[in-house]
Amino acid sequence: MKTMDALLAEVPTFAGMTTPQLEFIAGCATNVRAADGERLFREGDPAEVFYAIRHGSVALELHLPARESVTIDTLHDGDLVGWSWLFEPFRWEFDGRARGDVALIRFDGACLRGKCDADHELGYELMSRFSRVIISRLQATRLRLLDVYGVGAPV
Amino acid sequence: MAPPAETRLLEREHLDELLGALKRRGYRLLGPTVDNGAITYDELESAADLPAGWTDEQEGGTYRLRRREDQGVFGYAVGPRSWKQFLWPPRVRLWKARAEGDGFEIEPEPAEPSRDAYIGVRSCDLHAIASLDSALRDIPDPDPGYAARRAGVFIVALNCWQAGGTCFCVSMGTGPRATSGYDIALTEVLEDGRHYFLVEPGSAAGAEVVAELPARDAGADEVAAGERAVELAVAGQGRTLDTTDLKGLLYRNYEHPRWDDVADRCLTCGNCTMVCPTCFCTSVEDVTDLTGTEAERTREWDSCFTLDFSYVHGGSIRSTPRARYRQWMTHKLATWGDQFDTFGCVGCGRCITWCPVAIDITEEAAAIRATDGGGPPAWGEDGR
Amino acid sequence: MVPERFRVADRRQETADTWTLELEPVDRPGGFRFRPGQFTMLYAFGAGEVPISISGDPAVPERLVHTVRAVGAASGAICRAEPGRMLGVRGPFGSHWPLGDADGRDLVVVAGGIGLAPLRPVLYEILGARERFRTALLLYGGRQPDQLLYSQEIEEWRERGLDVEVTVDIAPVGWPAGVGVVPDLIDRARFDADEAVAFVCGPEPMIRFSAEALIARGVRADRVHVSMERNMKCAVGHCGHCQLGPEFVCRDGPVFTFERMRAAFGLRDV
Repeated sequence: MKTMDALLAEVPTFAGMTTPQLEFIAGCATNVRAADGERLFREGDPAEVFYAIRHGSVALELHLPARESVTIDTLHDGDLVGWSWLFEPFRWEFDGRARGDVALIRFDGACLRGKCDADHELGYELMSRFSRVIISRLQATRLRLLDVYGVGAPV
Repeated sequence: MAPPAETRLLEREHLDELLGALKRRGYRLLGPTVDNGAITYDELESAADLPAGWTDEQEGGTYRLRRREDQGVFGYAVGPRSWKQFLWPPRVRLWKARAEGDGFEIEPEPAEPSRDAYIGVRSCDLHAIASLDSALRDIPDPDPGYAARRAGVFIVALNCWQAGGTCFCVSMGTGPRATSGYDIALTEVLEDGRHYFLVEPGSAAGAEVVAELPARDAGADEVAAGERAVELAVAGQGRTLDTTDLKGLLYRNYEHPRWDDVADRCLTCGNCTMVCPTCFCTSVEDVTDLTGTEAERTREWDSCFTLDFSYVHGGSIRSTPRARYRQWMTHKLATWGDQFDTFGCVGCGRCITWCPVAIDITEEAAAIRATDGGGPPAWGEDGR
Repeated sequence: MVPERFRVADRRQETADTWTLELEPVDRPGGFRFRPGQFTMLYAFGAGEVPISISGDPAVPERLVHTVRAVGAASGAICRAEPGRMLGVRGPFGSHWPLGDADGRDLVVVAGGIGLAPLRPVLYEILGARERFRTALLLYGGRQPDQLLYSQEIEEWRERGLDVEVTVDIAPVGWPAGVGVVPDLIDRARFDADEAVAFVCGPEPMIRFSAEALIARGVRADRVHVSMERNMKCAVGHCGHCQLGPEFVCRDGPVFTFERMRAAFGLRDV
């Protein structure tokens, strides 16, 4: 049975962080499981947690009034799920649903914010790593915005 | 220097014997003639149709004919037409088709060999013809029409003695003396009241024709006079173009600010591509008659300056004049080298003369060279 | 240079604007032999001619198969051709996917949108001789689920031993496959980058980002092969329209190594 800091070391976003740092964060983390189809969070709900996927996949969905609800993204092994815990108003922007059975690490948002306030070096380390992931997601989203598969002007 | 054994001398008044010998062999004569204020290439009946006593004044965006003080037959440079109008005609039908039930029948256009004699081909244009051979005939899928027409051509070259105001064949290594690719080469001499042609065969077919002419062996002093005549063309070059590492220079400078500069002036009218003797780009057109039962496909000259030239679903790759001018110039002076191992430009100066805003390819190249950006090459280490 | 006559034997709609036609030769005996990656110029009487990649099985030369998107007069007329109608075909033209380079290696086939059509012949070859390659993997992306090609066939390929990962830009809730971009599929895919050969086809931006993702994983640039597209008229290298720098896409391509195309992707409007 692995310790939480050992599990955290396997999450690509945290790869290379020191054991003391991981042990410090581990205090905010718990192992959880979700069954196929289970909703992890709902748009508009308070975003007090975020997740790292250990095994499995999570779909981000958006309900559109008078239209079919859409899946806006699917996340997989090693991906972080949820950014709304970082800043006010701390509300989820999408629904999150388990695709198949999923093993996740759940982080307490307030706990981790507290630790970052107490240890600014840790805070900088985490924010740098989160930024990289967010930038990568932004690039991918922009690519989809191009609608490269459409019949329009070539790029 | 002793004259080469084959150099013969033909007096001016016997020039028509040469044309007559070719006509007797069934050749259609094509050569320079005055038409609509320019010297173009058209069908000739005899030497009387040649522009004797005419010369041209050429500069950027300028072309005028002027009377000479002498009766030189070939005392001018090249005009707006080139030999590609005969070898790679502006409009050719490729095939016809007829609808039948659920299908159709296709009737290809036969590839007719020509029997044309080109009279007065300049060295720059000889190189241009060789370039067209590389692009249209000496390729994995040669165009049968081009190959057939080309095979039937007899070339009487003319070593220039009157360079044009925009000529730069010396820079491009393409003249003014013709060195190969002809059946007969003429050098016109007007000196000390004499007017004659030095005649050199360049092939067995050429030698056979020369043998029929009332010509005698040329003397050493006459050959020397011929050399002096050609030297006039060397000395009279209107432009120069430094070709040192020219491909590399352009490959390094795809983002040079000069392209913006020329784009401000270029109208993308495509005149340069029409008059250029090596531009070979074409398009095809499929048309039906009103009943929709007969269709045909034709091939026409096209120009990379048109907006649609690079169209792919929804838009054009080269949508700006900057991109299109850059395409033409880098093709002519750089990528042509990777394609055909030579320059596409033969230094004839036509593009400079016939550009309505006098854009000068030699000036553009020099401007880029003067402020070489030195970036990485656009196309691989050495292009391949 | 003159089209050969073929008759439409089968016509099937793939998506809202895409059809697959199966053609049988009228004039040419013995079928139509081609190599994966090659294309023909398809002609609809009076409407015009367009370059279309061959998307059938090279082992079945009796049927010439094309998947065509209706985007203009000629392609629209071709898509409307019912069984029994005659079309003209010139070809095959161009370079091919170098399957030989992938023998004994991991073959990663990356397709976007209608780009799966020029790669389908590769997939048929893989399924016909699976033991030639170590890992054989299809990564396929499209805009939305109803715009993906060959959905049913993809399931059959999966059953026959091809690893397949599919993603779309956006999907209705309940879509069983991924939502995201093809480069992300590449990041997650299981293959040995040192021993991988990749074939990439789709819209040019998708090719560019996918190739960069493959290179970032350590695949050699001369082992990433891409299929390029340019305006074509003659398809035999003399009309000049398809030039991409010094390359004639119809004759030197359409398949090129990414190494050869890399500089081109960095230039604009060439």
